[in-house]
Amino acid sequence: MTVTTIQRTPATHLSPRLTAATTRRVLRQLRHDHRTIAMMLVLPSLLLGLLYLLWKDLPTLPGQPGIFDRVGLTMLGIFPFVVMFLVTSIAMLRERTSGTLERLLTTPLARLDLLLGYGLAFGLAAALQAVVTVTIATTVYDLDVTGSVYLVVLIAVADAVLGVALGLLASAFARTEFQAVQFMPVIVLPQFFLCGLLVPVDQMAGWLQAISSVLPLTYAVEALQEVGRSATATGTMWIDIGVVAGAALLALALAAATLRRRTS
Amino acid sequence: MDAISVADLVVDRGRRRVLHGLTLGVPAGQVTGLLGPSGSGKTTLMRALVGVQILRSGEVTVLGEPAGSPALRSRVGYVTQVPGVYADLTVRENARYFESLYGMSAREADAAIADVGLADAVGQLVRDLSGGQQGRVSLACALVGAPEVLVLDEPTVGLDPVLRVELWSRFHDLAAAGTTLIVSSHVMDEAGRCDRLLLLRDGELLADSTPERLRVDGRSDDLEKAFLNLVRAREEVAV
Repeated sequence: MTVTTIQRTPATHLSPRLTAATTRRVLRQLRHDHRTIAMMLVLPSLLLGLLYLLWKDLPTLPGQPGIFDRVGLTMLGIFPFVVMFLVTSIAMLRERTSGTLERLLTTPLARLDLLLGYGLAFGLAAALQAVVTVTIATTVYDLDVTGSVYLVVLIAVADAVLGVALGLLASAFARTEFQAVQFMPVIVLPQFFLCGLLVPVDQMAGWLQAISSVLPLTYAVEALQEVGRSATATGTMWIDIGVVAGAALLALALAAATLRRRTS
Repeated sequence: MDAISVADLVVDRGRRRVLHGLTLGVPAGQVTGLLGPSGSGKTTLMRALVGVQILRSGEVTVLGEPAGSPALRSRVGYVTQVPGVYADLTVRENARYFESLYGMSAREADAAIADVGLADAVGQLVRDLSGGQQGRVSLACALVGAPEVLVLDEPTVGLDPVLRVELWSRFHDLAAAGTTLIVSSHVMDEAGRCDRLLLLRDGELLADSTPERLRVDGRSDDLEKAFLNLVRAREEVAV
């Protein structure tokens, strides 16, 4: 007997076409969720406004940058990191519990295609978010940035992609929604405490500095501080962005390695 | 020729042994029913066929290749028991996504949706559909890939009788066109619609038969009774 055979090349390694298809799919899901889009775009600006009002009438030391200029700028990198970490770990857990993940793993889609697809989709969403937040911050809240605001957007996007990558990795270890949500404080808060915003890194105890120096958010914050104080892009800033991007890629690779095709 | 062959398949899930050394074959271009009560190991066997199940031992070969191997992923379609589709996408968006994963052209999605009788619902979000409709969206997402082997886990649960008949005739059309189908069910009245029957109970193969032969062996025209008679006969031998 004859069986109709359709010859197609098996795509088991990375395929830009399948990655793009996955990015489109994730963005379509987002598009149907109007409230999430609204919150993604507006929430960071509103929170930043709260910080602005908090310090607006406090005197600043002569010759020192205002507290809001320092904290506000740093928050431009921290918001997208936190938001995208949460959104991604929930999205991936949903793939797992709804049975779509198991199904995707039986198709030609490579695991890294799936993860990169998520990274690109939420990276794009984060770019939009960063443009809105940076615009509002520099116009409405008079945030002073010595360097280019485009670099601020770039760093915010790199932070968002880092958040996505760590979210994807964390979701591999979460079996339930309760666990997934609690990975936020585990992964995010230590990085926030030690990133140099609360206490400058060089004033921390030696062992805390050591921990701080292996946490990627530290480099994101340093990059933003560089843009805040220097009119032109500094070498330190590019190295920092490189470290953040490298950490994101490493987390994606680890996430792909921990995503098992066969399960018990 | 068998499209699928399983040899001495042993699978543990948790501490429980779910499949106890199964050996069976699934003929190409036919509708093979995988029947047995809930918990008999149907889903585990299907997961092994599509290569997402960790095996304890044994071999599973699909279209001449080890189950789950990269070359098979565009040739084997899998419809899980839960509708493995995106509830926050429309019917068409779901089908389009799977169509692009299988590298098919844009016309396949609409054709597959029409095939499962959802042409009127293409623009609706899957979460707004009934459970039965969601199951059919899931089926459409497998059909867009024009797979040579189609593994369907309880595809007719919750469907009204008319739709059920339509789907079964669709399955036979696909088989006539050369597709190998393996369809699980826990209701014996669907057994009569299969070309071939695999009866599973407690992770063991009770019978590899056809509806006609099962009626003779089980000494009843009612397939459910025939199945029960077989189980009893087996237990008497064991005691």
